Amino acid sequence: MVKVSDLWDYLKLKKYTFCSSVPCSMLKKLLDSGIKDPEITLIPAVKENVALGLASGAYLAGKKSCVFMQNSGLGNIINALTSFNLIYKIPVLMFLTWRGFESKDAPEHLIMGEKMAPLLDLLEVPHRLLTDSYRDDISWAIHEMDNKSIPVVLILKKGILR
Amino acid sequence: MNCIEAMEKVILSLKEEDLALFNLGLNSRMAYSLKDRKGNFYMLGSMGLVSSVGLGLALNCDKKVVIFDGDGSLLMDMGIMSMIGVLKCKNLIHIVFDNEAYCSTGNQTTYCESIDLASAAEVYWYKTVIKVKSIQEYDDFLSSLHSLEGPAFCLIKTDTCNVKDFPRVALSPAEITERFRANMVSQGKP
Repeated sequence: MVKVSDLWDYLKLKKYTFCSSVPCSMLKKLLDSGIKDPEITLIPAVKENVALGLASGAYLAGKKSCVFMQNSGLGNIINALTSFNLIYKIPVLMFLTWRGFESKDAPEHLIMGEKMAPLLDLLEVPHRLLTDSYRDDISWAIHEMDNKSIPVVLILKKGILR
Repeated sequence: MNCIEAMEKVILSLKEEDLALFNLGLNSRMAYSLKDRKGNFYMLGSMGLVSSVGLGLALNCDKKVVIFDGDGSLLMDMGIMSMIGVLKCKNLIHIVFDNEAYCSTGNQTTYCESIDLASAAEVYWYKTVIKVKSIQEYDDFLSSLHSLEGPAFCLIKTDTCNVKDFPRVALSPAEITERFRANMVSQGKP
């Protein structure tokens, strides 16, 4: 398990302090603490592609940025990825919650739960689970972004954040 | 208003240090062929996304950010207007050239013949809302452009036009990003 305060501290250390989010119940603690943190700018977005657009605008200004969303939102950002971030070479650190993991979830999450990783593979978006070794996982994501200059996804399973 | 003229004058009145983001199709093509500059960012796809990228940029820099948007594009993701207005982004000017049509794909009609995006901007708490329907109103808008209190919403009602009159942007997407970011760095603190 990863303490949300530890996750924020590491993101701050790595200068990922501009964030945009669309809520998910699995992100509640993380978003609640991020919004209160004066060193973090966390902008709630009305839709996932808007969150990605905001984070991308921050990158244009020279900032490092991340987004937080549920994996259902991946469906909403495929066009922004394929016709914007991936071709414009705009890296954004993306945290996606894994609803529908192992088909143990509400029916609306089951298909995306199964298809999220294959979809990311198809789009050639690097992705990895966020684990207890969250520093390694974030460092890996930053390394990928530095090399490829495209968005990279860290996947959050239920129970990983506390 | 003639669509081309309306866009031309705003593009030519941009100041050296202004940052400008252009919606795909006509906005990008016009700006690129008329006055390409390092502070220009052209969207080639992702219709509807220009305002989100513009807001993200404006929230992270002190310079004036001018978004050149279209009515069809804005209708795609109108929720962004609530964010621009409520976040009170003072350095943001959101200009919408409203020709009531999807100009880039052959002028199919949008819903803007019947709805007023400027009224929406008021509901969404933009600090300044301007609606331009005549040459006189346009001249007033143009002379006030650099003193508008943001977030400002400027709706310019225009005729339709043919996007094919203007060449495509000849920069690659990655070049557009690289040049824009390099310009931010060369201008010092973002």
